[in-house]
Amino acid sequence: MTEIASPTVKVSTRPAESRRDIGIKRRYAAERRFRFYGIIAIVIGLFFLAVLLWSVVSKGYTAFLQTTITLPIEFSEKVIDPKNERATDPKQLMSANYPLLVREALVKQLGLDPKERPLVKQATDMVSASARTQLRDIVVADPSVIGKTIPVTLLAEANIDSAFKGQIDLKVDESKRKVKDQQVAWMNQLADAGALKKSFNTGIFTFGASSRPEAAGVGVALIGSLYMMLIVLVLSLPIGVAASIYLEEFAPKNRLTDLIEVNINNLAAVPSIVYGLLGLAVFINFAGLPRSAALIGGLVLTLMTLPTIIIATRAALKAVPPSIRAAALGLGASKMQTIFHHVLPLAMPGILTGTIIGLAHALGETAPLLLIGMVAFVVDYPGSPLEPSTALPVQIYMWANEAERAFVERTSGAIIILLIFLVFMNLGAILLRRRFERRW
Amino acid sequence: MSTSLLLLIIVVIGFIAFFAGRARSFAQSGGKLANLHSLPGYHGSYVVIWATLPAVLVLAAWLIASPFYIDSAVRSALPDSVQSQGAATVQLALGQVKSVALGLDRLSAADIAAIENGSANLRETLAAKGVALAGEGEHYMVAAAQQFNSMRLYSRWLMSAVVLIVSVAGGFYAIRNIAIRFRARNQVERVILASLIVASSIAILTTIGIIGSMLSEAGRFFSMVSPTEFFFGTVWDPRFAAAGNEGASGQFGLLPLLGGTIYIAFVAMLFAVPIGLFAAIYMAEYASPRLRSTAKPLLEVLAGIPTIVYGFFALVTVGPFLRDISTQLNGLITGNYQNFIQAQSVVTAGIVMGIMLIPFVSSLSDDIITQVPRALRDGSLGLGATRSETVKKVILPAALPGIVGALLLTASRAVGETMIVVLAAGVAARMQLNPFEPMTTVTVKIVHQLTGDLEFTSPQTLVAFALGITLFVITLCLNIYALYIVRKYREQYE
Repeated sequence: MTEIASPTVKVSTRPAESRRDIGIKRRYAAERRFRFYGIIAIVIGLFFLAVLLWSVVSKGYTAFLQTTITLPIEFSEKVIDPKNERATDPKQLMSANYPLLVREALVKQLGLDPKERPLVKQATDMVSASARTQLRDIVVADPSVIGKTIPVTLLAEANIDSAFKGQIDLKVDESKRKVKDQQVAWMNQLADAGALKKSFNTGIFTFGASSRPEAAGVGVALIGSLYMMLIVLVLSLPIGVAASIYLEEFAPKNRLTDLIEVNINNLAAVPSIVYGLLGLAVFINFAGLPRSAALIGGLVLTLMTLPTIIIATRAALKAVPPSIRAAALGLGASKMQTIFHHVLPLAMPGILTGTIIGLAHALGETAPLLLIGMVAFVVDYPGSPLEPSTALPVQIYMWANEAERAFVERTSGAIIILLIFLVFMNLGAILLRRRFERRW
Repeated sequence: MSTSLLLLIIVVIGFIAFFAGRARSFAQSGGKLANLHSLPGYHGSYVVIWATLPAVLVLAAWLIASPFYIDSAVRSALPDSVQSQGAATVQLALGQVKSVALGLDRLSAADIAAIENGSANLRETLAAKGVALAGEGEHYMVAAAQQFNSMRLYSRWLMSAVVLIVSVAGGFYAIRNIAIRFRARNQVERVILASLIVASSIAILTTIGIIGSMLSEAGRFFSMVSPTEFFFGTVWDPRFAAAGNEGASGQFGLLPLLGGTIYIAFVAMLFAVPIGLFAAIYMAEYASPRLRSTAKPLLEVLAGIPTIVYGFFALVTVGPFLRDISTQLNGLITGNYQNFIQAQSVVTAGIVMGIMLIPFVSSLSDDIITQVPRALRDGSLGLGATRSETVKKVILPAALPGIVGALLLTASRAVGETMIVVLAAGVAARMQLNPFEPMTTVTVKIVHQLTGDLEFTSPQTLVAFALGITLFVITLCLNIYALYIVRKYREQYE
């Protein structure tokens, strides 16, 4: 005691000026600095959030516009079906030379000399090569168009699209860019004539995989993701709720339930890629289910989401006050009736909030899906969860690896779509919580 | 009868059973429900359980067991010349028999007769019907395939009959049991409880599945490559799994991958921990409720963004930015416009991963800081300490174990992170200390070894499971230790 008291005595013997100086100024400066660091940290965090979102949105919003060229296409019989065999041989319509129709229409529209091959080639390069399948589908769907001239809206080639959106620096030397001066001139000519214009890009929502950026979309991936989310919802919600009810309400406190408890907390923190390895080894290698199928993706994501849902459900069950249980039991309800008739409905908002957050997490998950072979070039819509499909985040990953600049735009566009889904899911969770949450 | 049709019939039987059971209990009660021990709905559910559950279990068991039985029967019926050539040949022959059997369904009787008397080629006939046969096809296969088909058909009919009989019999048995004093509710609740237990055991099964599957595949890998070579090897060069050079493989050294993983996680933590910790302290100790209620959810948005988005951000924004700025810096200082930061590098991946980790650090630490009892805070402030002194001298020491736990949890996330490093860290497996050069991680190599065509026999593929179990063990240790600390700390103040 005396040792502690002695410095105080020393201080009191000092002159009055130095006694007053107990470092208040310095300490307050330190206080301000400390506060400042805190503010800086928050600002840095928010700054990065802003940069991230801005970088995606600024690169991606143009993906929702697509340059199209509307040309009066003459479905000339001479080109499509020169020998008039289509009644007997339907394959004739599948293999006809449709690009020629586009070329002729362009030549006419731009007033070119058909004999100047390089020039004509430059002109036809402005239209996406997907025009072939587009025209073919029109003719196959309705062979009576043959012989008529119909205005058809075709996709512009990705580089023309970029140029028309002003993303290509036209001051760069012509040889160093993919759009030639002549094409730019035609582009402006067609735009003035009203044939070439930007319109809302529905294709990005409906198309499947394609090596041509202008014809690539997330339609197939959206369906794959939808299948998986349905599987995750249908499996993980009942199983998760059942497991939590047992653990929270029935399980005796013993070694085994302790182990399950630790185990679930651990599973929530296991890297997602490990679940991919599990799916590969168990579902594909051992059970022999087909690779790349949405079913396996759904199962893997279910296993991944279960711990999240169980933890959220247990918290929600715990939050229901014991008085509810006591009242129900007191009126003669069995334990099972108490839980299913009273506790569970009261906990439902919390459970659903947790489920939505778990689903949102599963929707954005990529790594495990790569391992079970969902990195596939899927052009057609999967008809069932057993067919090869891909998922929205995997599609983003595949596009991110493409070199062409137009794919950067598409990738950002796909990310915007993904983020919009996530925003809606999280908003739903927040609203649910606001609307139904009770404070006991 | 197809399985789905059978299931549908069982569902219909279940519906009928419910109403039958309910009606029976009504009838037994003699119009006074109070006479019954259980409500009529429970009697109905009781009958449903008896009518569907045993039938579905039988169905599942049959579906799992019957292929094994049929396979072994067909296998033993194969000619001795095939049987004597070892298990692999028998397996191959069995596969061919199955594709022949598939084809036979599509052939007409005339075609089959033609094949049997040798006037038509088996393979060509089948090919015409769209069934590709791996080999030339032996003569005995047609007979074996016919046996296979007939056994399958027989098994299917038998299964349908047995399942339906079990279902109907179960239903009648249950209906007969219904009586006034019959405790239907207790029976139903017992089944529900059993299903709850089954659901909660799935968590355990998942862990067993993870460990079991990885151990068995990794075990196959370690039978080809010695564990010391894997765990202590310093060169990662798996080569490609080309046909014909099985076993003749590259080098599988874990250390360069582990080094890259730890280095990138370290850079990420270096970036995320100060920012996250200061943000948490400010939020918990200084911020007004209004600032807190806006800034905290906004920071947590960072945690909700999928990692693939961060990967893309690193690839197209941060990587090129760092590269260009290093070019400018180098030019300003040395006059040599040469970038010293690669677009794909340890810093790129580290910084972006750090951004992702900020909300983890901040919200976990925030929880822990706010758990420090008010009395400690008030005591310190009452003695004249400033707020920052209170934080530094009282709150942080008190919260330290919990914060360490939170940081360990964050570190385990950094180690297991995949998409950011796949896109931003590079693929070169080397051991070096320059953070501006690309390095690669365990997760990147798992993805690389397992995308594309797979063969579950080559060490090039199986190494992914050895990497996976290494990753699993590392994160498991971090998690268990962190959860232990956090839990212990929480109890301390409760």
